[in-house]
Amino acid sequence: MINFSQINLVWLPVLPLVVIATAAMVVLLVGVRVDDEESDGLGWLALASIVIALVLALGIFGQSGIAFAGAIAIDSFSAFFELSILIAAALTVLMSLDYADEHRLPGAEYYSLLLFSVLGMMLMATASDLIVIFIGLETMSLAVYVLAGLLRRDPRSSEAAIKYFLLGAFSTGFLLYGIALIYGATGTIKLVAIHAALTGPLLSNPLLLLGLGLMLIGFGFKVAAVPFHMWTPDVYEGAPTPITAFMAVGVKIAAFAGFLRVFMVQLGPASAAWTDVMWAISALTMTVGNMLAIVQSNIKRMLAYSAIAHAGYILVALTAGGPQAGGAILYYLLGYAFTNLGAFAVVVALERRGAAGDQIADYRGLATRQPLMAAAMAIFLLSLLGIPPLVGFVGKFYLFNAAVHRGFVGLVVIGVLNSAASAYYYLSVVVAMYMQEGGFLEETRRSRPALVAAIAIALIGTVLIGIYPEPYFTAAGNAYQSAMSPEEVHAATAMAP
Amino acid sequence: MALWLFVFLAVISLVSALGVIVQRNPVHCLLALVLTILALAVLFIALDATVVGFLQIIVYAGAIMVLFLFVIWLLNLQAETGPTGSLALKFFGTIASAALVAELWSFLLRPHLKVKYVGESASYGTLGALSQKLFTDYLIAFEATSILLLAAIVGAVALARRAPGQRDSRQGSLP
Repeated sequence: MINFSQINLVWLPVLPLVVIATAAMVVLLVGVRVDDEESDGLGWLALASIVIALVLALGIFGQSGIAFAGAIAIDSFSAFFELSILIAAALTVLMSLDYADEHRLPGAEYYSLLLFSVLGMMLMATASDLIVIFIGLETMSLAVYVLAGLLRRDPRSSEAAIKYFLLGAFSTGFLLYGIALIYGATGTIKLVAIHAALTGPLLSNPLLLLGLGLMLIGFGFKVAAVPFHMWTPDVYEGAPTPITAFMAVGVKIAAFAGFLRVFMVQLGPASAAWTDVMWAISALTMTVGNMLAIVQSNIKRMLAYSAIAHAGYILVALTAGGPQAGGAILYYLLGYAFTNLGAFAVVVALERRGAAGDQIADYRGLATRQPLMAAAMAIFLLSLLGIPPLVGFVGKFYLFNAAVHRGFVGLVVIGVLNSAASAYYYLSVVVAMYMQEGGFLEETRRSRPALVAAIAIALIGTVLIGIYPEPYFTAAGNAYQSAMSPEEVHAATAMAP
Repeated sequence: MALWLFVFLAVISLVSALGVIVQRNPVHCLLALVLTILALAVLFIALDATVVGFLQIIVYAGAIMVLFLFVIWLLNLQAETGPTGSLALKFFGTIASAALVAELWSFLLRPHLKVKYVGESASYGTLGALSQKLFTDYLIAFEATSILLLAAIVGAVALARRAPGQRDSRQGSLP
């Protein structure tokens, strides 16, 4: 007979996942009866479920353990990442409400796929074994491949989808092969058991090292690290803009969640094997991302390369390792979510159907036409550049500070130089908005309160978390620590209020 | 498993596998592939992997073969004329398959692989044992996989269905 007590069902901490999964299916069922032109209601439904999941995820904070026979980690680490992902998802839905109407995107598919990918991301953040990480990654990726191609009448969108799908499937193969080899070397897929097994002769086992390398490629693709970044600009340019924002932020946060939990937390003992490789990848990612961003004339491509560069900054701390770096990465990703989503929301607000408005030249003279929008964009770009007191500066300071403490001064010097170089392309947009004339006249359209709300929330996050970073940084540090020493959670203790 | 049974099944599966790649008519290739899969399924069952054997028949010989058949009909594939594939493709294909054979050979010669049994329980490989694992240790992975498949179906439908603007223009061109 099956002994159900051995499953260790702990429902409360997985409720956010359950809520999102249920909501995705409800959106699908309700959406069958809704015309594509009237998809607003579905969007609000998705947003409501995301807010509920957000509140439920807050309840996970402070716990530390694993459940479901080691498949799920219940700790502040997952909670912090789930919060960041859900915030990104909520802002994406706010951005999408009018966009989906104007571009006649199929509402039921759009919002249910969005929720499915959010579910995949949350699974990646909470997974504590390699199989669940893989399934989460696939759920997220499959949904995003399709979302990238939903602008059916725009050939660039189809190109984005097919490119992302082919290269993504290829990289998933690397990840899965890496997982298989690590299973072969250690005999387990549970991260905690792998952590415990990593001693002595196993650390130089060729199967393990090969597996680590292949997994590094798989994760490197998802976070768009150089040399696995080739897909990024085309995909970001072609996808519907809210989806581009979601990819640049949500996918990146989730991929880093898996990356961090696998490499920094659980494979820490084997760090000698990958530190040098990661050093090179990090330096390359920053440099190539920034250099190529300078020559872009399309704002979505520019932000795509900027996203590559930011992945490089995060990899600096990942290379350094240690609890301080872990907390810094969590904090940085939270701030990055607000800032980058804000920048993309402004792009959504200004672009016009038929691709006009996504050139940097179109932003000329924006300050005189739409002063508030220009001011918001300037703040987001300055935060991405790293100007105090905005969150981009504080985050970068924590990242580099952690790396210096671990003795990676060379890498930090490269990072700071890159950061200085990035001023060129961020400021050129600001200069275009404030000091040049011309540009194009945006369509005067009906007011779009949801989009304005998204920009406002992103603005508040960017400024607030930057000016008053202490509580968030402490929470991030504690979250990282909580992932370090998990213990089996028992139903009785986890269910207690 | 008796030796004669193994030799019998091995010969069938190898010969039919050759048939898949040397025949010109795609439907004949497909039938040869079905035979290969059936022979492999019996091999699995003889090795006590009952569930894997039956899944092999139901999923591969059944569902996926029907799918292949539909694709062949939809694309209206005829018997090939002349050799296909560039020279470079054949060159690297040969190298890759030679490397695979060498790898398998070196693994099979390892002494630790000559262990006969790994101390599994009597129910090893049965449906009960598999489902117990699926609904206990791998519950989350199992449920998440069903969501993954649902997302894939929704995605496929979203991309394949007619776009709103194309309603009229494409109706005539569909078979």
